[in-house]
Amino acid sequence: MKFIKNIFFIIIAVPLVFSVNANAAKTDLTVGLQLEPPHLDPTGAAAGAIDQVLYSNVFEGLTRFASDGSIIPGLAKSWDVSSDGTTYIFHLNKGVKYHDGSDMDAKDVKFSLDRARAEDTTNAQKALFAGITNVEVIDHHKVEVTLDKPNGNFLFNLAWGDAVIVSEDSIENIKQNPVGTGAYVFDKWVQGDRIELKKNSDYWGTPAKLDRATFKFISDPSAAFASMMAEDVDVFKSFPAPENLVQFEADARFNVLIGSNEGETILSTNNKMEPFNNLKVRKALAHAIDRQAIIDGAMFGYGTPIGTHFAPHHPAYVDLTGQSNYDPALSKKLLAEAGFPDGFTTTLKLPPPAYARKGGEIIASQLREVGINVEISNLEWAQWLEEVFRGKDYGLTIVSHTEPFDIGIYARPEYYFQYDSKEFQKVMDNLTAETNPVQRTSLMKDAQKIIADDYVNGYLFQRAQLSVVNSKVVGMWENSPTQATDLTSVYWQN
Amino acid sequence: MFEYFIRRIITLFLTLVIASIVIFVSLEIIPGDPASYMLGINAQEDTILALRKELGLDVPKIERYLMWVKGMLIGDFGVSYTYRSPVIEMVSERLWVSLPLAIYALILSTFIALPVGVYAAANRGKVSDLSVMGVTQIGIAIPNFWFAMLLVYLFAIILRWFSAGGFPGWETGIFFGLKSLTLPAISLALPQASILARVMRSSLIDTLNEDFIKTARAKGLSYNQALVSHGIRNALIPVLTIIGLQFSFLMAGAIIIENVFFLPGLGRLIFQSIAQRDIIVVESVIMLLVFSVVVVTFIVDIAYVIVDPRLRSSIL
Amino acid sequence: MSPIINKRKYFHSGFSLSFWVGLVFVLSIFFLAIISFFWTPYDVTSLQISNRFKTPSFTHYLGTDHFGRDILSMVMVGAQTSIAVALVAIGIGIIFGLPLGMIAAAKRGSFFDDLVMRFNDLIFAFPALIIAIIITAILGAGAFNAIIAIGIFNIPVFARVARGAALTQWSKEYILAAKVAGKGSFLISLEHIIPNILNILIVQATIQFSLGILAEAALSYVGLGAQPPIPSLGRMLADSQTMISIAPHMAIFPGMVIVITVLGLNLIGDGLRDYFDPKLRS
Repeated sequence: MKFIKNIFFIIIAVPLVFSVNANAAKTDLTVGLQLEPPHLDPTGAAAGAIDQVLYSNVFEGLTRFASDGSIIPGLAKSWDVSSDGTTYIFHLNKGVKYHDGSDMDAKDVKFSLDRARAEDTTNAQKALFAGITNVEVIDHHKVEVTLDKPNGNFLFNLAWGDAVIVSEDSIENIKQNPVGTGAYVFDKWVQGDRIELKKNSDYWGTPAKLDRATFKFISDPSAAFASMMAEDVDVFKSFPAPENLVQFEADARFNVLIGSNEGETILSTNNKMEPFNNLKVRKALAHAIDRQAIIDGAMFGYGTPIGTHFAPHHPAYVDLTGQSNYDPALSKKLLAEAGFPDGFTTTLKLPPPAYARKGGEIIASQLREVGINVEISNLEWAQWLEEVFRGKDYGLTIVSHTEPFDIGIYARPEYYFQYDSKEFQKVMDNLTAETNPVQRTSLMKDAQKIIADDYVNGYLFQRAQLSVVNSKVVGMWENSPTQATDLTSVYWQN
Repeated sequence: MFEYFIRRIITLFLTLVIASIVIFVSLEIIPGDPASYMLGINAQEDTILALRKELGLDVPKIERYLMWVKGMLIGDFGVSYTYRSPVIEMVSERLWVSLPLAIYALILSTFIALPVGVYAAANRGKVSDLSVMGVTQIGIAIPNFWFAMLLVYLFAIILRWFSAGGFPGWETGIFFGLKSLTLPAISLALPQASILARVMRSSLIDTLNEDFIKTARAKGLSYNQALVSHGIRNALIPVLTIIGLQFSFLMAGAIIIENVFFLPGLGRLIFQSIAQRDIIVVESVIMLLVFSVVVVTFIVDIAYVIVDPRLRSSIL
Repeated sequence: MSPIINKRKYFHSGFSLSFWVGLVFVLSIFFLAIISFFWTPYDVTSLQISNRFKTPSFTHYLGTDHFGRDILSMVMVGAQTSIAVALVAIGIGIIFGLPLGMIAAAKRGSFFDDLVMRFNDLIFAFPALIIAIIITAILGAGAFNAIIAIGIFNIPVFARVARGAALTQWSKEYILAAKVAGKGSFLISLEHIIPNILNILIVQATIQFSLGILAEAALSYVGLGAQPPIPSLGRMLADSQTMISIAPHMAIFPGMVIVITVLGLNLIGDGLRDYFDPKLRS
C-alpha cells in the first residue's frame, strides 16, 4: 500500500519539474465565450459563435464594422458608386496575403461573392447577396459588382461576417482549418475546450499587439463566474450572469464594460394564432408587462427598455415605450373588450438563455395578474427551432434578435411571428432603395411606428453588452455592433 | 458447457443488434434537426434543405441505419454533423479526459474507503465504528453536483487553490492536468467512497464470522493476524465487483460533473450533441458504451463459470 | 477481543436507533410536503423582485430567492415534487418488474427466464442519465416524463430482486411439496411466494426511493424535471449557483432537504433490513 502511494507521488512529482508553465505571459490573452462554434466557416451554415472568434481576427470582408457600429473600409480601401446606385467598383488593398502565403486579389472577391449567392449556397445570410447580378474582375485589385436595383444597405451588408472574403485554394477544409487574411492566424482547435490563434507577422495592416489569443468555451453561467474570479480567463465577452457583476465591479482586479449591442429582446407573439390575431389582445399584452421589473429581476438592472424593434443607440431610434406602458387595469379592460373578460390560456415556450428563462418566469407572473395564464415550456435550442421557429407552434416566446438593423424581419410574412402588413412591407422596400440619409432616417422612423402601433410583439428591452475584463487589458470593445470579438487593437498594459 | 458458451455468444450478438435498433429509432424520433440548429434563427427554408443534403440527411432512414451499422463493424463511426470531424477521433480525444478522471476518482475512493472500512469493521460496535457509519450514510445521501458546487465555492472562488474547472490539456504537464481533475474527482469519489467503505465493512464482518476464521484463530493467529491474512482477502471479492460496477457508472455518470467543471469529456460530448441534435455522435457513443458494458458482462459471466465450479451445475 | 456479537442498540420492538432517526427525518419531510398541498407560508408563484435575497429571518425562515420567493415554501413544494416523482417511479418499477421477476423465477431456466435476464442486462448496459436526457429530449421536459425516465430503470431492478428472492423461496421444501401436489405456479406465487418476499421488496423499494429522489434532483438540476413555475429542489440548486456568493442560503437549504430525505430513507431501509433478518440481531 505504502509502496503504491510512493510510486503515485513520484509519477506526479517528476513531470511537475519538467512541465510547461500553464500560466500565460503578458502577450497572451484568454477570452471566455459561452458558445463554441460548430465549425469555422463564417460563410457556410454559420452560427454567430463562429464570428465571435474569427470575425476581423482571422477573416476580413470588403468593409467592416468599427467599434461604434459605423462601416469602414476593410479589404477594399475605397469604392466608387455609379450615379444610378447599381454599380460598385471596389479598389482592393495591395499586398494582402492569405495565411497560407497566397495572394488575396480580385478573383478571390469574385469567388467569395459568387459562392455566397449561388443557387445551392449554404450561406446563412443568403439575402444579403440577393440583389447582386454580376461580379466582374477588372484587374488584380479592382472588382465591379452590379446590383439589380440600388440598395442603401449594400456596404453595410458586406461588413457582415457571412460576407468575408475566402480563398478558393483553402475552401476545401475551411470548416476545420480556416485560412483568412486577418491579423491573427488560426492555430488549433481543441474541440469542446478552446480555439487558439497566433499573431500574423505578415499582416497587411497594423499588426496585432498580442502574440497569442485563446478563446475558451464556458457555457455554464456559474462556471463563467468561477473561471473569471479564479483568473482562468482574462476577459469574458458577454458575461452570462449579470447577478455577479456587482462583485466584479467591487474587485480592483477587474473592469466591467457596459455597452450596447444589437440584441432586441422581445416577447414574440404568434400573430396568426387565436387570440393574438386580435389587435386589442396584443395591446392588452403590451400593457400587462412591466419592463423595468423584468430588467431588474432577470438582468439585474442591465438593459434599456424599448418600445419597438430598434436599438436605442441608433440615431434614428424613436422612443415609443409610452404607448405600451405598464397599466394592468387598462390591460384587463382591453381584454374584456376583446371578448376575454376572464382572460385565456396560452403557451410560453422559452429557449435556454437566462434572459428568456428568468424573464419568462417574471412575465408569466405579470400576465397572470391580468388573467392570462401561460404554460411555460423550457426548450433547448434544437426543440425551440423546430417547434417555435419553423413549426410556428406557440403562443408566446422570448428571444433576443442580435443581428444589427434587423427590423426588416417584420416584412417577411412567413417569419415566425407571421405578421403581414402591406403598409410595412412598402416602407421597407422604399428604405432598401433609398440612399439619401435624411430620407432613410425618416423611413426608419415610420417603420418603427408601424410595428409599434400594430403591437406585433411585446418589445421588452435592448440587451446591454456586458463584459468583464482584467483591469490591465486595454482595447476591448465596449459595444457589440456585430457578433465579433475584435482583438486587433487589444493589448496588456503594465 | 460449450453449449452454454455458444448460447451466451448468440445472446450477446442479439443484445447488441437490439440495442443498436433501439438507439437508432429513439434518436430518429427526437424532434429537431441539426441543420436547422446550425443555421439558427436567420435561416431560410431552402438553406436548411441545402445543408441537410450536404450532411447526408435526406437519405431514407433504413439506408442510414444500415450504413451506420456497416461503418461500426469496420470501426468507422461516422462523421459528426456539427463538427464535421470523425466521431472516433472526437471520442478518443474526450476519452483522454474521461478515462483519467474515472480512474482518479476510483483510486481516490478506493484508497480512502478500504482502510476506513477495515477500521470500522475492526472496531465494530464502538463509537469509532458508529461515527464512520454515520459519516458514510451522509456521504451517500449528498448529491454529487451539490457537493461539487460547494467545493468550487470554497476551493476555487474563496481560497483560489484550484481553478474553477476546465482542462488545460495533458501537454501542459501531468501535474496541471491532474490538478484540474482533482475537484471533479473528489466530487465523484465522495458518494462512491461512502458506498465502498460500507460494503468493505459489512463484507469483512461477514467474512470474520465464517468458520475458516475461527479455524485460523484456533490455529493460534491473533485476531488482527486473522483479519489481515484471511479476512481481508476474502472480503475483497464482493468489493471488487462493486468497484467494477462503479467504473462503468463513473464513465457515463460523470456527465453532470463534467458540466459543472466544463471538462471536455465524453459525458459532456453526449450532452452537447443531444442539444445540437448531432445524432450520429450520440448514437455512436451510446453504442460504444453499451458495447463495452455488454462485452465486459459477458467476459465476467464466462469467467465466473470457469472459475467457480459451483456455478456450472446450476446452468446445465 | 472478539466482537462477534452485534452491539447495535435495538429497542424492544427490534428496530435500531438509527431506524427511528431515519423515520423521524422522512416523516418530517413528508409532513411538510403533504401540508404544501393545502398551504404554504407564502405563494410560490408570486414574484416580488424588491424582496429578493433576504437572509433567514422571522418573516422568512429560510430566506428568499432571486425572485423574492419564500425559500421555505419553495422547498416544501419542491419536496412534494421529488417525493411524488420518486414514488410513482417505484410504482412503475414494481408494477412491471415484479410480475416479470416472479414469472421468470417460476419458469426458471426457460426461454422466458433467459429473455428477462437479457432484458435486464440490456437496460443496465445503457447509461441511465444519458437515456433519461434522451427520453426527455423526445418527450419534452417535465415531471411526468422524468417519472418515465426514472421508472424505466426501476423495472429491471425490481425484476432482478424479485426473481432472486423468489428463487430462494422456490427451493423451500413446502413449496416443492405444493408443486408436486399439483398446485399451479401462479397460485403458489400469489399465495406463498409473494408474502415471503415482501420484506426484500420493501427494503429494495426504500433504496429505489432514495435513488429516485437523487435522480429527480439530478434531472431537474440539468433542467429536465418539473418546469417552472413548479418549484423543484434540483432546479433551485441550479438557479442558486451563480448567486452563491451573494446568497449562499439559496444553495444550502434545498441541498440539505435532499440530504435529509435520502439519508432518512437509507436509515429506514437499513433498519428494515436488520429487522427482517433475525441473524443479525442475536
